[in-house]
Amino acid sequence: MNSRLGWRKFVNAFMLTLTGLCALLSVSVLLIVLGYLGWNGWQYLTWTFLTHLPAAVGETGGGMANAIIGSGKLLLVAAVTGIPTGLLGGIYLAEFGGKTFTFMVRYSADLLNGVPSIVMGIFAYTVVVLPMRHFSALAGGLALGIMLIPIVLRSTEDFLRAVPNPLREGALALGASKWKAIATIVIPASIRAIATGSLLALARVAGETAPLLFTSFNNQFWSHGFNQPTASLPVMIYEYAISPYPDWHRQAWAAGFILLMLVLIANVGARLILSRKSPALRG
Amino acid sequence: MGKVTEPEVIIGVPGYERTAEDAEKEARESGLKVAVNRLNFFYGPRQVLFDVSLRILERKITALIGPSGCGKSTFLRTLNRMHETVRGTRAEGEVLLDGRNIFEMDVVNLRRRVGMVFQKSNPFPKSIFENVAYGLKVNGTTRRVQVAEVVEKSLIRAALWDEVKDHLHKSAYALSGGQQQRLCIARALAIDPEVLLLDEPCSALDPIATAKIEELLFALIGSCTIIIVTHNMQQAARVADQTGFFLMGKLIEFNKTDIIFKNPARKETEDYITGRFG
Repeated sequence: MNSRLGWRKFVNAFMLTLTGLCALLSVSVLLIVLGYLGWNGWQYLTWTFLTHLPAAVGETGGGMANAIIGSGKLLLVAAVTGIPTGLLGGIYLAEFGGKTFTFMVRYSADLLNGVPSIVMGIFAYTVVVLPMRHFSALAGGLALGIMLIPIVLRSTEDFLRAVPNPLREGALALGASKWKAIATIVIPASIRAIATGSLLALARVAGETAPLLFTSFNNQFWSHGFNQPTASLPVMIYEYAISPYPDWHRQAWAAGFILLMLVLIANVGARLILSRKSPALRG
Repeated sequence: MGKVTEPEVIIGVPGYERTAEDAEKEARESGLKVAVNRLNFFYGPRQVLFDVSLRILERKITALIGPSGCGKSTFLRTLNRMHETVRGTRAEGEVLLDGRNIFEMDVVNLRRRVGMVFQKSNPFPKSIFENVAYGLKVNGTTRRVQVAEVVEKSLIRAALWDEVKDHLHKSAYALSGGQQQRLCIARALAIDPEVLLLDEPCSALDPIATAKIEELLFALIGSCTIIIVTHNMQQAARVADQTGFFLMGKLIEFNKTDIIFKNPARKETEDYITGRFG
């Protein structure tokens, strides 16, 4: 009896230690990566890096101002195309969709979410780059936008489903039409969560490299409008990191640091928005 | 000499066709507000209401009692077609509001006339004022002065005004459970419904909050037809003019409250109100 109790205690302690260690391991990997990137990136970050164009091959110095702006442009196109589509689709699934249709859309969205990002690049290459005969911010943004759709769709749907049903009933019982109830009660009740979901989705695609390689391509100079090949941070990092020049390696570190900061700010900002109660809910 | 005037058509003469307007007028004059004729209700293949027929008088309080799962809440929800928000439900039969079949009305219009208060208070995540004003706004009243007036009047009718008048712009969630439920009543009253459905409005409230709600129901007699579903038989006995007893999807007995509680015709009713089951 006593030895069995001892054995159970041992198993308990052993599993507790094992799970704890694995939890520690996973977070320490993340911390090491972040720390290494932070240390190296911060070291090479200069004002010139933020404000100047890349230097010609063989020269030192220069910066990645065009890639920072370019990434912004790509994300803008992605947000404009991907977020409304995902958002409205998510509303349909949560509020209107029939059983079979909802299941099919949700299932496809999950599949789409799992599709390798380079495939999205190939798709955008086929439908935008080939007909236009040149790389463009539009093509890259569209590739990212397509990646956004399933993420925004699913998060919007989940957040809307979390809104308690009695709120919908309350609005309907007051003579609101279904859409009115959704627009005036259900969406406002979850708008912060939905906005956060969209912001996190944007942060997630901001670091994508593969879909941009043959859509927005790259550019050593400023690109004007959305119709030219456009530099972006992830592609710049890729190109500079595999180059043979130590100066480019340093620049890649700095670019990685900037990208990390952007994603981090978006993440923290989104969580701050989410955790703050809306003014109407304060007592 | 002269023309012979045609005799006026008299209602009831064979061949005379009653129009919907006639039916509506008749219903008004008889003091009948809602007439339910052979209502059957299904959740998918499962039937939960069987041939329910009853007549609800205008500006009176009607209570529906019965054990859990007897279909009384389902019945209430068909009266403003809230059941349609649940997939796979089907209602057969006739529900006449002022002589007109509600299943042929525009549902939004119906719900403006037949308001509902739910079992658990469900204030919107908005301010107290916005909650009461909501019904007005979705129904197209936007003049601020008018909205403010109706909000005040509705809160007074729901006996909540004195408690909230100084913080109308605070969140409705800051109110206590009983206050939230009265807010929901005020919200329903704001669009001036002809019929108010209450689905166990006091089940989550303490006795003091319950007493306040009952008081306000009394105050509403004469301005509004009230149908209340309740688990609490004392409550039915206290507030209602007529009472209906439901059991297993059937309306067993429907009569004046006094008769139901003092001299019920059916044994099931007696068993239930004396606490032998349920």
